[in-house]
Amino acid sequence: MKHTLSVLVENEFGVLSRVAGLFSARGFNIESLCVAETLDPTLSLMTIVTRGDEMIMEQITKQLNKLINVIKVTDLSARKFVDRELILIKMKATKTNRAEILRISDIFRGKVVDVSHKTLTIEATGDEGKLAAMIELLKPLGIKEIARTGKIAMLRGAQ
Amino acid sequence: MKLTGAEILIESLKKEGVEVIFGYPGGAVLNIYDEIYKSDFRHILVRHEQGAVHAADGYARSSGKVGVCLVTSGPGATNTVTGLATAYMDSVPLVVFTGQVPTLLIGNDAFQEADIVGITRSCTKHNYLVKDVKDLARIIKEAFYIAASGRPGPVLVDLPKNVILDSTEYAYPEEIDIRGYHPTYTGHIYQIKRALDLIYKAKRPVTYVGGGVIISDAAEALYQFITTLGIPVTMTLMGLGAFPIRHPLSLGMLGMHGTFQANMAISESDLVIAIGARFDDRVTGKVDEFAPNAKIIHIDIDPTSISKNIKVDIPIVGDCKKVLQSLLKEIVAREEETEKIEGRIKPWLEQIEKWRGKHALAYEQEDVIKPQYVVEKLGELTKGEAIIATEVGQNQMWAAQFYEFNKPRTFLTSGGLGTMGYGLPAAIGAQVANPDKTVIDIAGDGSIQMNIQELATAVQYNLPVKVVILNNAYLGMVRQWQELFFDRRYSYTCMEKIAPDFVKLAEAYGAAGFRIEKIKDVEPILKEALAVKGPAMVDVIVEKFEGVYPMVPAGASLKQMLLV
Repeated sequence: MKHTLSVLVENEFGVLSRVAGLFSARGFNIESLCVAETLDPTLSLMTIVTRGDEMIMEQITKQLNKLINVIKVTDLSARKFVDRELILIKMKATKTNRAEILRISDIFRGKVVDVSHKTLTIEATGDEGKLAAMIELLKPLGIKEIARTGKIAMLRGAQ
Repeated sequence: MKLTGAEILIESLKKEGVEVIFGYPGGAVLNIYDEIYKSDFRHILVRHEQGAVHAADGYARSSGKVGVCLVTSGPGATNTVTGLATAYMDSVPLVVFTGQVPTLLIGNDAFQEADIVGITRSCTKHNYLVKDVKDLARIIKEAFYIAASGRPGPVLVDLPKNVILDSTEYAYPEEIDIRGYHPTYTGHIYQIKRALDLIYKAKRPVTYVGGGVIISDAAEALYQFITTLGIPVTMTLMGLGAFPIRHPLSLGMLGMHGTFQANMAISESDLVIAIGARFDDRVTGKVDEFAPNAKIIHIDIDPTSISKNIKVDIPIVGDCKKVLQSLLKEIVAREEETEKIEGRIKPWLEQIEKWRGKHALAYEQEDVIKPQYVVEKLGELTKGEAIIATEVGQNQMWAAQFYEFNKPRTFLTSGGLGTMGYGLPAAIGAQVANPDKTVIDIAGDGSIQMNIQELATAVQYNLPVKVVILNNAYLGMVRQWQELFFDRRYSYTCMEKIAPDFVKLAEAYGAAGFRIEKIKDVEPILKEALAVKGPAMVDVIVEKFEGVYPMVPAGASLKQMLLV
C-alpha cells in the first residue's frame, strides 16, 4: 500500500543523504521525495511517498526516527490529509492544436507560463488523480517534456 | 580563554574522562599529535588504523567505557571503516576522530582526502563534519553522549585541518539538547504487566538473552529474574557471560551452532521472553519455523529491533536493566502467581533435561589434538576468569561452546559483522582496560594473519595478551561448509605449507613463541605461555578436519540440526 510520510528534520547538510541512504541501504522504495525549509529556518520538512505492508511501514517509520537528525515522523495515510503536486508540461504547439491545449488546460485550471512559436508550457497543481487525467488528455496533442515536484502533504483540520 | 581546535579536543577528552586514545598519526592530525605530546595524554600507537578501532572496541566492551580513536585523513580514515561497521553491528560505544583536509579544499580531490562522513554514514550511529571551531566542543559533547546512550554505537567526528588550527573561546557545554534524539529507558508499565500475564500462563516458557543485557549491565537483574521465576534461559553469542553457563537453568547458546537443548527448547516453547537480543538470522534459522507456537515478549532499547524479523506480541521498549527491575517489582507483588510457575512448568523442565542428556556438547579426543580440548584446557587453567577475544570462524564457535563464560564483559567477539582480524587488537584494547586480568585471543591460523601486525603494539607497550592459534591449516569454517555443501571441493581454503612459522613470527616481533603438537604438551605449554610476563603466541597444531557441531544449515529450521 502507498503511504505518505511527513518527516520533520534538522535543516543541516547531509540530512537528505542520510534519509535517502537509509531507504536504499534497507531496500525500501521511494516514489517521491520533496524537501524544503519550514517557517523555522533550522528545520526542514520532507514529504516522502513510499510503499510497503504494515511490517515494512513500521520499520520505515522506526528507522527514520532512529536517525539523530530526524525530529518527527508522521504517517499521513492513517488519517485525513491533503496532498498536492505541481507540474510543468511543455507541449508541442501548432496552429491546429494550440486552442485545444488551452481548453484542456483551462478545464484543469492550468496556467500558461511560457510560450514560443513551437511550444506552450503549462503549470498546474493538483492531486495524483487530477494530474494523471490532465496528462492523459494532453498526451495525444504532443507532450514534449514534463517536470513535477513530487507531492507535498498536510493533515486536514486542526491536527 | 582562547584555545585552538587541537587544544579544545584534548581538553574535551579530559572532561569526558577519557583515559587513553588508540591511534595512528598523519599529516592532517599533526597538530593534535603535537598537543598529545605536550599534554602527555595516554596514547597507544597501533600498527594499522583498523587495529585502532578494534582495540578501542575491545577496550569499550570489556570496560563499559567509550573507546576513543584518532587517525589521519584519507587512507587513515577509510581504514577505520571495518572497525566502525563491526562496532555498529554489536552496539559498541566508540568515538572516532578523523583528520580531514582544510575546509577550503574539501571536494577538490586534495591529497589524502576522503569523504569519510559520506562513506561511514551507514556504519556509524551518527557522524559529524566539524566546519567551524566554534562548534567543536559541542559536537564532541554530543558525540560522546550519542555513542554511550540508548543503544550504543560508534560516532565519527571529522576534523578539517583548519578547524584544528583555528582558535575560539573554550567552554565545555554542561547541558546537551539534541532535538531528534531521546532514547526510551523506562519500559511502559502497562506492557510490563501484560508481559507478566503471559509469563504466568505459559507452560513452556524460555528466556532468550542477547548482548543488550551485557551492555546495560543487567546481568544481576537477569539472574534475579531467572532464578525467581525458575524459567530456563538461553544466550546468543553476544549474550554469553550474561548468565552463568553451568547454572541448571542455563541451556547454553542457541542458534546455528547452539546446543541441542537450547534449539529444541526455543522451537517447542509456548512463550519466548527475548531480552536485549535482535532475532538475528544466525539465531532464528528459518524465520517461519522459529518458535512457531510461541507468543513473544521482546525487551529492547532499540525500537527498530522489535518486529524487524519476527512479529512480536508484547514489545517493551526500554533499557534491559530498568525493565528487568520493573518486572521484578511486579513479580514480588504477585507472589501467589509466581509460586504457581514451578508446578506448571515442571514437565517442561523435565523435557529439557531429556534433551540435555541426549546430545550434550562433546568431542572425541583421539591422537591428534582436538581444538575443543585446547579451549577446555584454557578454561581450566584460567578458571573461567580470563577475558577471551576471538577471531571469526571455527575458533570463535569453539571458544563460545567450550570456554565456560560466567561473567559479563569477558567474551569479546565480532558477532554481527563477523570480522576476521578482530581478536588480537580487541584483546590489546581489553588488556589496556584491564591490566591485571588474563586476556587471551583464541584465533585461527587464517584470521590471525588479518591483523597480525598488532603484535608489535602488544610488544611495544608490554601488554601481556596471549594468542592461542587453533592451527588446522585451513580456513576452517569455510572448509566445513565446503565439506558439507560443496562435495569437499576445498576451493582456496587450504593454508597448509603456505602459513608462516608462527613461533618465529612471534619472536621476530619480540613476543614469546610456543608450539604444541602433542596432547601431553597442551597443558604444560599453555601454562608456560600464560605465565609469560609479556605477550605470547602459541601455535597449536590441531585436527584438520574437525567441524563445529551441532550445526543448523543456513536457512534451515532450528530443529534441523546436524549433530556430528
